[in-house]
Amino acid sequence: MSNRNYRARRMLVALAMLATIVTLDPAGAAAADQAKVPIKDFMYQSTSLTVKSGTTVTWTNNDDEPHTVISDTGAFRSSALDTNETFSYKFDKPGVYPYHCSIHPRMVATIVVE
Amino acid sequence: MSDDKILHSRRNALKCMAYGGAGTLFVLAGGVFAPVDLAMAADDKRGTARLGKPLFVQISDTHIGFNKDANPDVNGTLTQTIDIVNGMAEQPALIIHTGDITHLSKPAEFDLAGQMLARLRTTELHTVPGEHDTTDATVTEYFSRFGKASNNKGYYSFDHAGVHFVALINVLQFKAGGLGTLGQEQLDWVAADLKGRSSSTPIVVFAHMPLWTIYEPWGWGTGDSDQLMSQLRRFGSVTVLNGHIHQIVQKVEGNITFHTARSTAYPQPLAGEGPGPAPLKVASEQLPKMLGVTSVTVVKHPSSLALNDTTLA
Repeated sequence: MSNRNYRARRMLVALAMLATIVTLDPAGAAAADQAKVPIKDFMYQSTSLTVKSGTTVTWTNNDDEPHTVISDTGAFRSSALDTNETFSYKFDKPGVYPYHCSIHPRMVATIVVE
Repeated sequence: MSDDKILHSRRNALKCMAYGGAGTLFVLAGGVFAPVDLAMAADDKRGTARLGKPLFVQISDTHIGFNKDANPDVNGTLTQTIDIVNGMAEQPALIIHTGDITHLSKPAEFDLAGQMLARLRTTELHTVPGEHDTTDATVTEYFSRFGKASNNKGYYSFDHAGVHFVALINVLQFKAGGLGTLGQEQLDWVAADLKGRSSSTPIVVFAHMPLWTIYEPWGWGTGDSDQLMSQLRRFGSVTVLNGHIHQIVQKVEGNITFHTARSTAYPQPLAGEGPGPAPLKVASEQLPKMLGVTSVTVVKHPSSLALNDTTLA
């Protein structure tokens, strides 16, 4: 077995263990926190999502029409997301983050960071 | 699919077809707006000739970069559109593009659109951006290519054949939950631009989003357009042209004629049909009837303009 293969296998074992730890942790707080907001039918599917500080939120556009994720206060800004494209932002500071779609400004939602 | 759903979708299809068809010629003379069937106008060659020289053609919502089912070949339909315009017996003096040149504001999309539009025999092109053209934070991609006329502000005016043209931008100051916005700075500029012009000057105003409220839940309107209209009301002939909604909707209010153009890329549903203004999938043989351009002709005297919508069918 080449050295490279061995290292790759060791990495896989380590990842599997890590995954087990994450899965077993009841609070789900061991690894970096993740949250998802799908975009479908001209709506952010969570109009108000509460996450812990340090959480990375990922938006995925499931419409045939592009959408954006634009913070009302300028904290974050995606480019135009085509179908199935994603945008992620890590929320490090507690607060209320309203955002909207700049292509369809009727689309509004909020991330609350605790 | 249930029978109800079939009936519902058929009803929608029939409603949408009402917006397509062979096209309609709209003659505006002395504030009277008379629709004439395009096929009849085509038969009546002398009548068409009476309409005079085409002043400009409005192309809208080319959405270069779009590749979904509603039209996998937007380059092809724009090419067809350009062929129709290039084939006009008399070439228009100007081309106006009312925005959504691109789908995602990508440099490659702008470059391709620019190459395609450069094939127009009429070389004088005036543009305003749509919200699809301005999704990069700094609007650099649009302004670096089309910003010169407005010194990167997005609004500007010019004159041609006695007609005063005003290009406006209503896609930049979007507020969450709101309609399109012109903003006070732009409204002040319009007031200064129109001041001192004779009320008999024909005015053509164009912007991407409708400058009157067509359907607020989908943002089909401009929140502060009333201030603009109050400045336009004293003029004897005002034509307000928009894109954005990918279908023809029009109204006349006093001397002001409002008209939205078809897209060259894909149709959108009627206001309120479905969850939002998504690309509308129609049978492939229906699509060309729902795409097209608007040409505007000076009728006899510069105070009269005629609007003529042509489909790709």
